[in-house]
Amino acid sequence: MSQLTYEHVTMQFQDVTALENVSFTLESGHIYGLLGRNGAGKSTLLSLSAGWRRQTSGRVLLDGEPVWENAAALRRIVCTSDGNLFPSMTVEKGMRWYARYRPDFSMDEALDMAGRFELPLRSKIQSLSTGYGTIFKMIVALASNAPFTFLDEPILGLDANHRDLFYRLVVEHFAHNPRCIVISTHLIEECAALLDHVVVLHRGRLLLDEDTEQTLSRGYSVTGPAAAVAAYAAGRSVYGEQNLGGMTTAYLEGRPEGPAPSNLEFGRLDLQQLFIQLTNDSERRGNTK
Amino acid sequence: MNFDGEKPIYLQIAEQIEDAILTEAFPEETQIPSTTEISATYRINPATALKGINRLVEEGMVYKKRGLGMFVSRGAKEKIMEKRKRDFYANFVVSLLEEAEKLGITRRELAAMIEEEETGHESTDL
Repeated sequence: MSQLTYEHVTMQFQDVTALENVSFTLESGHIYGLLGRNGAGKSTLLSLSAGWRRQTSGRVLLDGEPVWENAAALRRIVCTSDGNLFPSMTVEKGMRWYARYRPDFSMDEALDMAGRFELPLRSKIQSLSTGYGTIFKMIVALASNAPFTFLDEPILGLDANHRDLFYRLVVEHFAHNPRCIVISTHLIEECAALLDHVVVLHRGRLLLDEDTEQTLSRGYSVTGPAAAVAAYAAGRSVYGEQNLGGMTTAYLEGRPEGPAPSNLEFGRLDLQQLFIQLTNDSERRGNTK
Repeated sequence: MNFDGEKPIYLQIAEQIEDAILTEAFPEETQIPSTTEISATYRINPATALKGINRLVEEGMVYKKRGLGMFVSRGAKEKIMEKRKRDFYANFVVSLLEEAEKLGITRRELAAMIEEEETGHESTDL
């Protein structure tokens, strides 16, 4: 099993700290969600992972070896953002060029995916629409069969049918070659069922690094008349709440210790809701966990 | 498929397969779809699909044939029926009574509704 480890990674751009003391590990055999609000540090983390930038301090290690200027390691890490390398080539020629740099690239898989998306092979890469541009990058990343595959906003500009096909392809390719796939996205709700692990960055810090199911069991919602919810929530840790007239939904930490009182309803949190509450929470309190 | 947010997805997968066994879409001693097929069809993580299937294995609803895949156990349909009957009270009756109470429907009225529904069905059957 391969591991990509971030050890106390800090990235400083002049007066901006994009990442601050971030430590966690990615392992093969999992589909991760890399989540964070705008400016949380996701793109910076991807560029350090793909070896385009070097962190200010800390280490990024592939099976113990630093990835920076390490060609052998970088052949095993692919990021969709490097699908921009050969803009003036046709799609098919571009794929063949990628294949040269990726030891496990499968042209058959790339052409199969292109066929299923009806990606025009003879078009120039730079003339593709936004959606097809995204699709092209995603195809070369998945066909690379790299042990660590980072998909940066892989559904940006894709219509509903293509998004659906994308999810299917990710599952098929992952099942066929259980590598580490990291999906960085703002569209949490759509991806949630694919992710078995979530990593949340917030303001450059690691907020969460956890099994999805475990994450979802961190909290629950309570809905009912405002006064009853307030009474129930008193003394419990509250992530946030929503009011609609006299009705309140409160998002609470932990698990309910018994059945809901008769005028209240308990619900599960979904990943998106939990994400919103967690990232609002730390904004309000100005701290991270 | 839209997953109901109130339940973990793996449980919903297990229930879907149980439903298919109940309706004999998956008859006893026949193969059920693989983890990969299930996860690709529903666009879910393969580990989630596997967890759902493993639950059915633990309950003896399906079993593994080495090198072939997962098969529906003999007697699975009967077992699922029994389990669903056991859960019927908790899943349906209790929530029915709770909702009726919220709406101020008395037990007597509730009983009358069920009675009416029954006779209604009989008359359409004729």
